[in-house]
Amino acid sequence: MSETLVFKRPDMLRNVGFHYCPGCTHGIIHRLIAECIEELGLSDKTIGVAPVGCSVLAYDYFNCDMQEAAHGRAPAVATGIKRVHEDACVFTYQGDGDLASIGTAEIIHAAARSENISVFFVNNAIYGMTGGQMAPTTLVGQKATTSPHGRNQKYAGMPIRMSEVMAAIEGAYYIERVMVVDVKSINNAKKAIKKSLQYQMEGKGFSMVEILSTCPTGWGMTPLDAVEWLKKDMVDYYPLGLIKEGN
Amino acid sequence: MGKVKFKEDACKGCRLCMSVCPKKILKIDETKVNPKGYHPVTCTDLNQCTGCTFCAVMCPDLIIEVYR
Repeated sequence: MSETLVFKRPDMLRNVGFHYCPGCTHGIIHRLIAECIEELGLSDKTIGVAPVGCSVLAYDYFNCDMQEAAHGRAPAVATGIKRVHEDACVFTYQGDGDLASIGTAEIIHAAARSENISVFFVNNAIYGMTGGQMAPTTLVGQKATTSPHGRNQKYAGMPIRMSEVMAAIEGAYYIERVMVVDVKSINNAKKAIKKSLQYQMEGKGFSMVEILSTCPTGWGMTPLDAVEWLKKDMVDYYPLGLIKEGN
Repeated sequence: MGKVKFKEDACKGCRLCMSVCPKKILKIDETKVNPKGYHPVTCTDLNQCTGCTFCAVMCPDLIIEVYR
């Protein structure tokens, strides 16, 4: 009986092991983006912009041109790249500390200008790389190293729902929130990522896919507990689904 | 009938693949330690594997190849 290979590492990912912690879903998201780029035939004309945060080394993993941006500035860098290379497929890969905190101005104005780029926003509700500090997206009551008794709403305010913020901006064309915790949700996430790249190639303008992700190390949980916590608590505050399509 | 191949040396033992395997035939091999210092995952009964690719879809470190 001859065997066919039905699942392999996409060529758009270099053959390098990820540095991410065990059970961190960044790896799944990397694969989905790589597969979508490949399936859309954009392998030779994609330029990615890497953020600061856990995924700061994304440029080591994607097999396309990559540019590192200063903390939070990925949409600004992507704006420059896209305006010079109009035919290129330009994406940014940003975490919640990057996009929802220090980079809020850049992301909002990139959307306001309806820059024709795809933004992949990985929301794990914590600052992972720096040691699990409270982020703007940390849930009320969630423990972090800077909120050891859980986020206090009175003191730190409520977490920001970035996708809803972005959807209020006229220039944003496509905003969707997905998660990557089981096979079904991973397939849905892939569809959203692909749609965002397709819209970019059709010249529709700014699109952002928010991907809820786990941070087992930062959350102090096992990878399996982290998945359950995401499905129960995080999805409760960050509802999944299409938030905006068309403008 | 399917077949899964693991790059054991790259496994971080997170068990996410085990949680999605419909046949529940994946387990952590506690008799082995890989160069990263983790017990890698292994398949207890390849004959039962259908090659559904669920484990590979879930694996964050892309260590699984699936054949059918």
